[in-house]
Amino acid sequence: MFKLVKRPEPSRQMVLVSPLLALLLTLLAGIILFLFMGVSPTEALYAFFVEPLTSLYGWAELGVKATPLVLIAVTLSVGFRAGIWNIGAEGQLTLGGICGGAVALLFYEVESVWVIPLMVLAGIAGGMFWAAIPAFLRTRFNANEILTSLMLTYVAGLLLSLLVHGVMRDPDGYNFPESRLFSDSALLPIILEGTRLHVGWLMALAVVVAAWIMMARTLIGFEVKVLGQAPAAGRYAGFSQRNIIWFSLLLSGGAAGLAGMIEVSGPIGQVLPTISPGYGFTAIIVAFVGRLHPVGVLLAGLLLALSYLGGESAQISLNLPLAVTGVFQGMLLFFLLACDVLIHYQIVRKTGPVSAIADQDTTQATTNTATESK
Amino acid sequence: MTRTFPGVIANQDVDLTIHAGEIHALLGENGAGKSTLVKMIYGILAPDSGQIDWQGNTVSIPNPAFARELGVAMVFQHFSLFDSLSVLENIALGMDSKVNRAELKSRILEISSRYGLPLDPDRHVYTLSVGERQRIEIIRCLLQEPKLLIMDEPTSVLTPQEVSRLFETLRRLSEEGLAILYISHKLDEIKALCHRATILRNGKRVDVADVNDESTSSLAAMMMGETLETTTPRIGNQAGELRLSVKNLSLEAADEFGIPLKNINLDVHCGEIVGIAGVAGNGQDELLMALSGESVSTQSDSLFIDGKACGQLGPNKRRALGVAAIPEQRLGHGAVPEMSLVDNTFLTAFQRLGLVGGGFIKNSVTRQFTEKVIENFNVKSNGSKAFASSLSGGNLQKFIVGREILQNPGLLIVSQPTWGVDAGAAQTIHKALRDLADRGAAVLIISQDLDELMAGTDRIGAICAGELSDIYDTAALSIEEVGLLMAGSALDEKSLATGGLNNV
Amino acid sequence: MDILIPTILTIITAATPLLFAALGELITEKSGVLNLGVEGMILAGAVCGFAAVHFSGSASFGVVAGAAAGALLSLIFAALVLGFQASQVATGLALTIFGVGLSALIGQDLVGVAYDGLPKVAIPFLSDLPLIGEVFFKHDVLVYVSLLMVPLVWWFLTYSRAGLVLRAVGDSHDAAHAMGYPVVRIRLFAILFGGAMSGIAGAYLSLAYSPMWIENMSAGRGWIALALVVFATWRPWRVLLGAYLFGGISILQLHAQAMGIGIPSQVMSMLPYLVTILVLVLISRDQNKIKLNSPACIGKPFHPTS
Repeated sequence: MFKLVKRPEPSRQMVLVSPLLALLLTLLAGIILFLFMGVSPTEALYAFFVEPLTSLYGWAELGVKATPLVLIAVTLSVGFRAGIWNIGAEGQLTLGGICGGAVALLFYEVESVWVIPLMVLAGIAGGMFWAAIPAFLRTRFNANEILTSLMLTYVAGLLLSLLVHGVMRDPDGYNFPESRLFSDSALLPIILEGTRLHVGWLMALAVVVAAWIMMARTLIGFEVKVLGQAPAAGRYAGFSQRNIIWFSLLLSGGAAGLAGMIEVSGPIGQVLPTISPGYGFTAIIVAFVGRLHPVGVLLAGLLLALSYLGGESAQISLNLPLAVTGVFQGMLLFFLLACDVLIHYQIVRKTGPVSAIADQDTTQATTNTATESK
Repeated sequence: MTRTFPGVIANQDVDLTIHAGEIHALLGENGAGKSTLVKMIYGILAPDSGQIDWQGNTVSIPNPAFARELGVAMVFQHFSLFDSLSVLENIALGMDSKVNRAELKSRILEISSRYGLPLDPDRHVYTLSVGERQRIEIIRCLLQEPKLLIMDEPTSVLTPQEVSRLFETLRRLSEEGLAILYISHKLDEIKALCHRATILRNGKRVDVADVNDESTSSLAAMMMGETLETTTPRIGNQAGELRLSVKNLSLEAADEFGIPLKNINLDVHCGEIVGIAGVAGNGQDELLMALSGESVSTQSDSLFIDGKACGQLGPNKRRALGVAAIPEQRLGHGAVPEMSLVDNTFLTAFQRLGLVGGGFIKNSVTRQFTEKVIENFNVKSNGSKAFASSLSGGNLQKFIVGREILQNPGLLIVSQPTWGVDAGAAQTIHKALRDLADRGAAVLIISQDLDELMAGTDRIGAICAGELSDIYDTAALSIEEVGLLMAGSALDEKSLATGGLNNV
Repeated sequence: MDILIPTILTIITAATPLLFAALGELITEKSGVLNLGVEGMILAGAVCGFAAVHFSGSASFGVVAGAAAGALLSLIFAALVLGFQASQVATGLALTIFGVGLSALIGQDLVGVAYDGLPKVAIPFLSDLPLIGEVFFKHDVLVYVSLLMVPLVWWFLTYSRAGLVLRAVGDSHDAAHAMGYPVVRIRLFAILFGGAMSGIAGAYLSLAYSPMWIENMSAGRGWIALALVVFATWRPWRVLLGAYLFGGISILQLHAQAMGIGIPSQVMSMLPYLVTILVLVLISRDQNKIKLNSPACIGKPFHPTS
């Protein structure tokens, strides 16, 4: 049998190898899944991963889908690194959409370059407000942010439904639960003619760069990392857990709100009863697959965006249900979590004397840690 | 009974024999392989080769349950207790056979009265003192009616008075025919208690000695293999100006498992080293955190540094005033395990050394300072990018001590400076602390190691249940008197003619 | 009276799935494992239970299939958390995401299929009592089972030896390991039990509560069950109380809507979620209480070093 032996230091190679390995295993599992469903695996995989990228339009769509994923996942990773589990990004995205949309509808008659910036601010503020609730409840009452942020997601969904059935409904829309189509000055500018790729993509890229610099070079990024890994050491250094809870929740809430605003002002162009196919949840997968690192998240965001496009294309060409996408995403995360064991552990054969398999350093370090923990 | 074990790196061809009714010492320094040996006897580790003979028959012990069945019982250094369960439930978990609870309770009470081990079976473990917790372990073992009782460093958590009570119990047990394997590195204890001793060094058996024929120094020589430079006690240090002054500091416990600090009063002057003794879990961590600023007081005037009230200042504001602190727990408190030494330097040095500019980290300056720490304190590592978790305990402690001392603090508070550290590193650390005091800094050492405190401090006190005793001149106190302080009793003023001088 | 009896009956049906899921999670958490995948396991149980009944026609087979589906998903969780040392929080989230997708995939052809609901079992004599008999003794068998599970779980934890060992493992896995208890195996059973109970909760949703399959039909009940365990400070009887409290709230809002109270339906539907938050806040306010009652090892990975 095999046995896990802790590495003296986490393997830096495995941090990069693990997601690739997980992707490979996901593809293998996907082939089995397709065989089960009676679909040719080659056709299905082609439809999923190649077909969407055979045109410029497809590539642009990749950016459109990746925008909210990357925006949210980059900022969620900051919180995850600090050990703050904001699971309610979907709800914060919804609030951002509501607030951004509200501005667009309020200034429906106004033609001004200031409408979009105002929508951006409103979207960010909406998301931040929704994330501030779990932050407040956690810092003031110690209430678990996983559960509160998640409950608020359901509340946000109902709030959106309430509004599009009510005050936001298009007065000339025959009672359909939809808002008016936004006027041109409330629509995000397209950056690639003939496609739907909008400036939101550039905002996402900017956030990636900013987050990268923040985590690598600044004091606040350092505080996040320390408090996430060793809270006692963080307190010893004089860092405040409370501040980091607020910071990471407001940051990810704001980014999710921005993503929501981008959705209504970009690809959708109006307020609908649903404005996201679960980007807020998928972003959690993106964050993990991207190793909680901004650049990794960017790549992972593109990958998961592809899974959305692939799901749609497979639905059209092979009549596969859209739910396959969710299964793929879940499997990817499972395999990733399994492969991540290799970062911290080595797999060794259980039989045979201990001295033969563990090299000197490992044994020494393990005994050291053992002494240390006593 | 004969047992033979050759084999693992930690233990190489070690032989050990124990007879019924014998108290047998297993003696060796930290890391000599004592724990590995007993873990094999108790069935936790499997030996690679070698054999165990039990009452004349060769046996293999695959797991602790089988060991207990044979009649081997073990009291671990780190208790295997469940805080949220009651004493009775804890003991029931240690029993392999199914016992009726009422019956078990009466047997516990019987044993506890017979061997002088008072214990209430219905109390929850988290409400008990360390000494009481050890009693649970001992009673749990005695209930099995063992033939061999293994005790791993049982006194490291006890006051001297509790130790002598434990010894009485152990002697009574051995008179009843129980074999006791007593693991320790404390020579005077072994002299006082044991009949024979097996000495381990670097995983090998050095010798088996009849304790009565040996002196503590000859045992020490066998244990260490080389004679270490003994530290000379500090005498005649003239204390300078008052640096740290704590006045009626009280702090509530963070949670049910913590210790509240009650009315702490303490002065530490420039140029002196003050020691605080105490048994583990009596508020040492809480005191360190209250002084370092990790826990802030509600009263600003409960703590003064150089005359400035700073009871409500956080760690970095206190660092700016020259305070440095070294917590007991190295990995996870004093250092972040999975971060490089550079990052771990930045952790506490960014304030005093100005390593942040406009929110950005000054990487090269931080690295230079890290390399200076590594070099000056002879830290063995794979360079400044190595993770803190990859260092041995001694090297990590040298790194942490170096990191704080090279920032030139005016006041250094250090908890357990040499715990679990090899002798060489301990020497380096002790010297560094003395040098710091000689340069005019105030040093406060919180430690459970009485030898360290008696040898290395100018004045000494003890903490017990969150209350700090008066502070006396170290030279004026005997070990027994410090023991009384550790147990929370006050000293008789008459017997301390010289001690009253620095009394706070 | 005309409204009261149906109201009580629906409260019972609304509380039952919460009770199943929360009791299962309670046992899992008592062993020191936090499984955030309850929502995913409920959905898997719901769709598999419904599919099994649809294809076999046997209600009891449906319940068993639901339990098996929940347990199977929890097995993935156990493998990752116990075997691969994966983070419990991340794995639990993954389980929920996976469960949502998988159940939608399995159930794509079941949407719109009708089912009569689990048969009601009237307890002889007792069910003939006026009023009380109607309210308490004419339910489907799962309601009785869920109510029986409460004292059973309570007895197990408080008095049985296995329950004591389970609590010990949750309190300190290192100490339990040192004493020779098989920590990993005990946790595996606790996780599987939690999974099976969540699966039954799901089966109850799709077979009794609203006998049909709809994507995402659990609507956050898995998360509410998680909150209930905290609310109950890990005590079975308080889980019962909490489940019926929440059942009551979700039914009251339905009835309020039906009676045409002038509050938009969406606002009423927010109620269970808002109350969950409120309850969490009230109970978490006292940090000491949570710390004393919650299993000390919860969420921490266990890797035996020797």
